[in-house]
Amino acid sequence: MASSPARYSRSVDWVTVGIYFLMVLLGWVSVYAASYTPDAPTNGSLFGNLSFQELMVYDWFKQILWIGTAVVLIVMLLVIDYKAYDTFAFVLYGGMILLLIITPFIARPIGGSRSWLELGPMRLQPAEFAKFVTALAVSRYMASINLRQQNFRDQAVLAGLTLLPPLLILAANETGQALVFAAFLLAYFREGMSPLILVILAAAAIILILALLVPKVWLIGVFTVILGLVFVFNPKVMRHHLPVSLSVWAVVIGMVFGVDFFFNNVLQPHQRKRIEVLINPSADPLGVGWNVTQSKIAIGSGGFTGKGFLQGTQTKFDFVPAQSTDFIFCTIGEEWGWLGTTGVIVLFMALLGRVLYVAERQKSVFGRTYGYCVASILFFHFAINIGMTIGLAPVVGIPLPLFSYGGSSLWSFTILLFILLGIDAYRKQDLERY
Amino acid sequence: MQYLEGRRFVVAAIFLAVALTFGARLFYIQVLDGSYKLAADRNTLQRIVQVPYRGLIYDRKGQLLVQNTPVYDLMVVPREVKQLDTVRFCQLLQLPLEEVRESLKTARAYSRVKASPLVQNLSTPELAAIQDNLIDFPGFSIKARMARSYRTENMAHALGYVGAITPAFLEKEKYAKYLPGDFLGISGLESFYEQQLMGKRGVQYRMVNVRGIEKGSFRDGEYDTLSVAGQDLHTSIDIELQKYGEMLMRNKRGSIVALDPKTGEILAMVSAPGFEPSVLTGKGMGNRYMELLQDTAKPLFNRPLMATYPPGSVFKLVNELVALQMGVVTPQTSFDCNWKLVRCTHRHEHPYNVSIAIKNSCNPYFYQVMRTAVLRGRSTNRFEDARLGYSEWRRQVMTFGLGEKLGVDISQEKKGLIPTSDFYDKAYGFHRWNFRTIYSLSIGQGEMGITGLQMANVMATIANRGYYYTPHFVKGIGNGGPLPQFRERHVTVVDPKYFETIIPGMQQVVDGRGGTGSNASLLDVGISVAGKTGTVQNRHGADHATFAAFAPAEDPKIAIVVFIENAGFGGSSAAPLASLMIEKYLRGDIAPWRKRWENWLQGPAEQFIRKR
Repeated sequence: MASSPARYSRSVDWVTVGIYFLMVLLGWVSVYAASYTPDAPTNGSLFGNLSFQELMVYDWFKQILWIGTAVVLIVMLLVIDYKAYDTFAFVLYGGMILLLIITPFIARPIGGSRSWLELGPMRLQPAEFAKFVTALAVSRYMASINLRQQNFRDQAVLAGLTLLPPLLILAANETGQALVFAAFLLAYFREGMSPLILVILAAAAIILILALLVPKVWLIGVFTVILGLVFVFNPKVMRHHLPVSLSVWAVVIGMVFGVDFFFNNVLQPHQRKRIEVLINPSADPLGVGWNVTQSKIAIGSGGFTGKGFLQGTQTKFDFVPAQSTDFIFCTIGEEWGWLGTTGVIVLFMALLGRVLYVAERQKSVFGRTYGYCVASILFFHFAINIGMTIGLAPVVGIPLPLFSYGGSSLWSFTILLFILLGIDAYRKQDLERY
Repeated sequence: MQYLEGRRFVVAAIFLAVALTFGARLFYIQVLDGSYKLAADRNTLQRIVQVPYRGLIYDRKGQLLVQNTPVYDLMVVPREVKQLDTVRFCQLLQLPLEEVRESLKTARAYSRVKASPLVQNLSTPELAAIQDNLIDFPGFSIKARMARSYRTENMAHALGYVGAITPAFLEKEKYAKYLPGDFLGISGLESFYEQQLMGKRGVQYRMVNVRGIEKGSFRDGEYDTLSVAGQDLHTSIDIELQKYGEMLMRNKRGSIVALDPKTGEILAMVSAPGFEPSVLTGKGMGNRYMELLQDTAKPLFNRPLMATYPPGSVFKLVNELVALQMGVVTPQTSFDCNWKLVRCTHRHEHPYNVSIAIKNSCNPYFYQVMRTAVLRGRSTNRFEDARLGYSEWRRQVMTFGLGEKLGVDISQEKKGLIPTSDFYDKAYGFHRWNFRTIYSLSIGQGEMGITGLQMANVMATIANRGYYYTPHFVKGIGNGGPLPQFRERHVTVVDPKYFETIIPGMQQVVDGRGGTGSNASLLDVGISVAGKTGTVQNRHGADHATFAAFAPAEDPKIAIVVFIENAGFGGSSAAPLASLMIEKYLRGDIAPWRKRWENWLQGPAEQFIRKR
């Protein structure tokens, strides 16, 4: 800690901080619009004469408190020496695993899952914090191995580190939060993981969706014709890769048939509904389909410039569910229109781009891997959350980073991001020191 | 390490691809596809139609006949019903348990959070019985609405009734503005003047939240419209006269039509047997309607407008007027009472002139009047001569408003029948009929069909010496006058001077010695009545009695036709009944010594037939 605060402050990436605060501020405005009730007794001013207790009813008021505490967190995170993360990464990971194991036993059931811990008036979700803890641990481990050497033992450990938290989270019935861990694949890809894995997974996902959308006979026919065409136009493939080609074909056919089994026997009924609804929103118009339909109506009715601040009827009159948390994007879409939604997307692109830039300028594998983890996790949330509000992704309960109401998610993304900024700031200091 | 650096672009490309996909998708659903805007409006906008106060109906003296009174529907919000004591609830409503359960189930199926009617059409006393106890039953409430109620027991046929709109109506373009469950006039004046009575509906747009709870008006009521109350109808009916007429027609079949000849206003119109207007309103209306429909006496049949009969001797007047106008006879023309041509009503003095012929209702006289009017030598072929002559005669007869609908302000009116030449061609063959075939028309018998209203209108025309206004019930709508078509004067082809020549004969009918209508004389109360009796041959039973008159003869204020089915000679029943109506209207009440006629008319029908 030899450096002066002034020199330190110069090395913090203020662009990221600026984007962060801009998003948090816009997020709060959206939460205010979403939780605003026209008949609240506030006499036109923000707080009116309401007491603290009365104000605590409103999400927008509680969000002010969460943002305030997040600022305190930021100061603490920037003060901590980056070496601490390096040192305590596995300790934190171990602690988190323990916490995830005991959470279902000590948590009260809320909304079908036992994943919320109550500390006085606060409610925190350990699964949210498992993300940055896991990111630290895998980055730390990544720094100690060489992914390209194809050491099976190392890869197995890495896979284990990555899969253990989501499995525990899945056990607590938080599917959405567990799915987020798939984001780590992008970071591993950057560090040398074979692109084949990404391609195969993407292909599998596409085949799964096609199998649900298109009659099986068609699908099988098309794949068979493709295989035939390959053989006809490229006889070399037939000569040298016949077993591989045939087994790929067989796996595809197997998957097409396996979808039904997976769909009916592996998925839980509510998960099945969410995927059915993605394909056909009118399948369950008053159940899960309601959320998607009303969310699309809210966003679609915003038009080019939106209905104006606090003028959204879909949100004001409670047609959209979970409007200040998972469906916050609806309020933005309805009240600020296409300009607003595009603005939010541009902001996310700016943040993600900046995080990638910061990650790439790290000298250590630890720092860079962690940076990519941050970008991937943010991206995954961004893609799934907005995707579900406009009917491009299944309804998975994960928040829109920095916009959605909620202490756990705001804290978790703040910590995720500012650990990176802390590491980045000390990187520069190290350079100056040596 | 070098080649891995390139992968940052792959990652960035993935990010960008998703962002661009979102941007495009959002552009599509937000900017290009307008359907989401509509869907959002459909979600929140609730259209509330305000049904205005229906117009009232008054009689000619301003007495209220039809008004609106509140009736009550017991509403239920199924979600708010808590631990219902079903047994006590059923006792309170005096309804069987099964019915209440069934209604609750229907309400629940409609909506758990919106109110729907459980019991409809509760009257004020019924409401009073349950209202105080309703507090013990959460989820139940009372909703008031307006329904028709009647301040009179009479005039049901003309008033018509109001009922819920049927699906068949809703499909018609004319009723596009109506919604299921709306009420509208089904018959009578309620139906004819529906547009004026219903007023203008108001529409309010309300915003509701996801649970259907109101959240204020839409854009500060920019698109709301206020309802406008319906216009009142001021009818020309004298409700006292109407009531008296219905009383006199009790236990009879037939009709009375009384007109003010100067304006065409209908003073009274009785159809017997009848019913009370309140029968077709309120709870159980459907059952009572079916009872009326199945009654063999056909009380729903509006006789003065719908029943067409041969007019009998009253038509001799029209016959004479047409012949006078043609110039083929004069008031002084004399014809033999030649029984070989047609049987006469009775033996009487020689008809030296038309007055004597009218007074005695001489059949052979009017036979010969029509023969001279029809057979004019237009063709050497006697069949063609009759055909041409009859066609011209018919054209002139129809100017008295016969054979066509008059256009009264009730839609049930029939047009009657004055047969065409073609009609006889079809019946007998071309050039196979002549005057001998159709002579019955000359004395108002045969193929002719005329409604009571048309006959009364002929009387009004004679009273006016040659013109009439279309008979109508409503002389004022709101603060204005009647519909424009009722202010239009219709003239017959006959010159007014010829009318003057037949009126003395009509006075002789009533006031002359041995006149057929002497029972209708009001000389002792100072009123001169001009009239004509009629007896209509009826193939199915006893003859129908008619009497048509107007009074006072010099300055007519009332023209009246009384038609009593199966009552024989017109002079014995129809004539005294008409005189009572005239006296009631012109004097306000009945002279004590004339009350005997009221008793006489309450007697059995046979007595009228015996007396000749």
